[in-house]
Amino acid sequence: MSLLELANVQGGYGPVRVLHDIDLAVEEGHVAVVLGANGAGKTTTLRAISGLIHAQGDIVFDGRQILGRSPEAVARLGIAHVPQGRGTFTELTVEENLRLGAVNRTDRDVRSDFDRWYSVFPRLADRRNQEAGSMSGGEQQMLALARAMMARPRLLLLDEPSLGLAPLVTRELFAQLGDLNRNHGLTVLVVEQNANLALDIGHWGYVLEAGRIAVQGDAHQLHDDEAVRKAYLGF
Amino acid sequence: MSMPSDGTGASVEPALGTLPETAAVPAAAPGERPPIWPPLPRPVLIARIVIGVALSVVALYAPFYFTPENNRIISQALYLSIAAMGLNLLTGFTGQVSIGHGAFFGVGAFTTAILMVDHGWTFEATIPVAAVLSGLVGMLVGFPALRVRGLQLALVTLALAVLFPRLASKYVEGAGGVALLRPRRSEFASLIDGLDDDQWAYFVCLIIAVVLFVLAWNLVRGRMGRAMVAVRDQEIAATTVGVNLAGTKVGTFALSAAYAGVAGSLSVMIDRIADATSPILYLQRSIEFLVAMVIGGAATILGPAVGAFLLVWLRRNTEDLIEGKEILAPAIFGAALIAIVYVLPEGVVGGVRRLLARLGRRSSGSAARPGPASASDVPDDSINPGGSHDEGT
Amino acid sequence: MQLFIEQVINGIGNGLVYGSVALALVIIFRTTGILNFAQGEMALFSTYITWKLASESDGFGLPIVAAIGLSMAIAFVAGAMIERVLIRPVEQARSPLNVVIVTLGLFLGLNSVAQLIFGTDPQLMPSPFPEGNVELFSSGGDAVVVSKDTIGLIAVLVAECILLWLLLQRTNLGLKLRAVASNPDSARLHGIRAGTMLMLGWGMAAAIGALAGSLVASQRTGFDGSLMQIIIVYAFAAAALGGFDSLIGAVVAGLIVGIADALTVQYVDALEGIEVVVPLGLILVVLVILPNGLFGRRTVERV
Repeated sequence: MSLLELANVQGGYGPVRVLHDIDLAVEEGHVAVVLGANGAGKTTTLRAISGLIHAQGDIVFDGRQILGRSPEAVARLGIAHVPQGRGTFTELTVEENLRLGAVNRTDRDVRSDFDRWYSVFPRLADRRNQEAGSMSGGEQQMLALARAMMARPRLLLLDEPSLGLAPLVTRELFAQLGDLNRNHGLTVLVVEQNANLALDIGHWGYVLEAGRIAVQGDAHQLHDDEAVRKAYLGF
Repeated sequence: MSMPSDGTGASVEPALGTLPETAAVPAAAPGERPPIWPPLPRPVLIARIVIGVALSVVALYAPFYFTPENNRIISQALYLSIAAMGLNLLTGFTGQVSIGHGAFFGVGAFTTAILMVDHGWTFEATIPVAAVLSGLVGMLVGFPALRVRGLQLALVTLALAVLFPRLASKYVEGAGGVALLRPRRSEFASLIDGLDDDQWAYFVCLIIAVVLFVLAWNLVRGRMGRAMVAVRDQEIAATTVGVNLAGTKVGTFALSAAYAGVAGSLSVMIDRIADATSPILYLQRSIEFLVAMVIGGAATILGPAVGAFLLVWLRRNTEDLIEGKEILAPAIFGAALIAIVYVLPEGVVGGVRRLLARLGRRSSGSAARPGPASASDVPDDSINPGGSHDEGT
Repeated sequence: MQLFIEQVINGIGNGLVYGSVALALVIIFRTTGILNFAQGEMALFSTYITWKLASESDGFGLPIVAAIGLSMAIAFVAGAMIERVLIRPVEQARSPLNVVIVTLGLFLGLNSVAQLIFGTDPQLMPSPFPEGNVELFSSGGDAVVVSKDTIGLIAVLVAECILLWLLLQRTNLGLKLRAVASNPDSARLHGIRAGTMLMLGWGMAAAIGALAGSLVASQRTGFDGSLMQIIIVYAFAAAALGGFDSLIGAVVAGLIVGIADALTVQYVDALEGIEVVVPLGLILVVLVILPNGLFGRRTVERV
């Protein structure tokens, strides 16, 4: 059974329907990639999972129906969502941002997780007492990722992590993600426009078009399939 | 294979309510003004014309129908709407929150009163002077206001409203030794035979209000209006497209203060008094203007007028409602305010627009695009701390 | 010199009042991002409740400290309810001006209902502090005398600040409160119940207001419905002066406003009757030089 399953999901904003019959599954320990152009419904899909918008259909996480639950409840079940724009708490310091990631944890390993993520992202360690809002886009993205990981989530939802980042930084970010997945078993659902890098670390890929799934398949096959690349992925 | 069409991305949500006028109007070429009759859906156009004609007839006939007392009240609503419109220019369109416009109102009122009582001017001649003086004070306030933002600005303006009566009582002395001036009733006599004094007063207010509203409408439709909205919605970006930030802010401050000053001047004719003995009166005035603007509909043209009339009506009726328990009047008034804001978050005008837009959509078929009516349903597509808006995916 | 010191102490006494109300304003702002115009009247209502609980002749005759404590608890619940029922639905429409209108409506309503329920006659509030004065020091002759009330006020305010600071900066709960104020949607995604945090913020501010109002009333020879009306203006001034992000700022600014006001009354005859010019002018000048107030943090705005 997949860790996350979407079946017949419809959703949108008020009278505006964006998603039509989305069927999607993410296996535990895999990286699922959702691609598509602007307006295709990628972000909306993530928001439906997190409960930020109203949706119909089935969204099942670890065997439990989560459709209809509030975002707080979904987060507490172990889903960490890094939104577009990173959701930085700008007036708080870097350290406080990370503390927030772990704020609902009751175990004793929080301190060691701090050390761990500071060593994975040394730039955050340098700026630990700095106001988060004054950091660059790339640093805030790192912060958002580390903050999400502080919650020790079972599933990580990432919305366009490469948005606004320099290519080198993006590469580094995806390298980290890949490492987290391969060596630490993190399950990831990443929405991206930068298909190349995403598919490289991915296991399964979906291409959304106008709110429907146009193509899906093994990530590497999608990456190598010329027709798909030209039609949907732009390279 | 063609690329998929643009989906429904999130629209920019101005913090103080949408600006339906510009949303419905097609983008004008640079330097060009948007057409006076934008291509509105049928029901909206018809509704506008009908309402416009009806209102004009009512407005012209009203003073002959009502008692002098009622005319006085309507005139109060008229000058209140002028002040609310002024505030709307600054707060609704340019996003600078002011709870101090009562001070500018007071400047106008006392300018008129002092000129009349101490220097024997005729009332009508004092109005332009009041406008200019309060405009100047507004400009003086506008400059330091450049440095102060948001909440702090609101509080600074509040301070002004509290300061004004104190200053006035220090430097102005009326007949009774306090800062209270009462120009003689005869000074406000009708200049036209056949019109009673109260009717004349009403028409003066009406004409000035109409002129000032048309002026505001023109301003908002043009380049200045776009600059104002740009300053409100995304100040930093506005500077990058050449909007003169300081000029826009200070200019709008001055203009809105002038409006309030004219209103104050008119109030001397209607209420026949300029009174600075109460320390919180001008703060209350400031709040009135703000309330009128919001319940009528911020960032709209008709909003302040609708709000002003609604406010005056509410006040009268809450007073009548509770005989014997007058002390509850403010409570009921307060409750009414809260209820209105609850039910009509975009004010009366905003709510009516929504309704008409929905009717328009239904009449033109289900294929209608999701227009401005649904814009406020679409949340920020990105969870951004600063308020900038990325494209939706 | 002695007169000067006495005026300063006088000013400190008033300033503590302004500062404590400013504290409530800042708490609501830091936890919900809203400026609550009804803060003063909420405090007034709670003050009347304290009086009702403590009054021997007209009320329940509880010991004053117990009455204040109970009143604070009631205020906490009421504040949370106000947020949930009145403020939140309007706030969700994402129009800050509408929220201002609601707080203004509350301002009007609470004052009038309070007068209806409790009457318009001035009432007496017993003081929780022991009576008497303390001598500070003697400089050649007359000693400088400070009332125990003032010292008590100072102690209470300092304790408040410390506790609030500890709560906000050093606890997880405080972190959650600040997170919700900073970015409520993002906070939700971290499993924080944003709604609960907003209610807590308002509840805390209401309780602080209740304490401030009760203490203020106890320092006067009688209080009625107008208790908070001028104070709230000075409190706003203090909050703006201190910068809305800072708890200490609110208190210090309150002291500055109080002292400046007292000294002006005493020494500057030209401004007689308009002493309020001084604190207000002070704010204007300071804000022009330091737009975030004396203690506010510079917020970096990234587009």
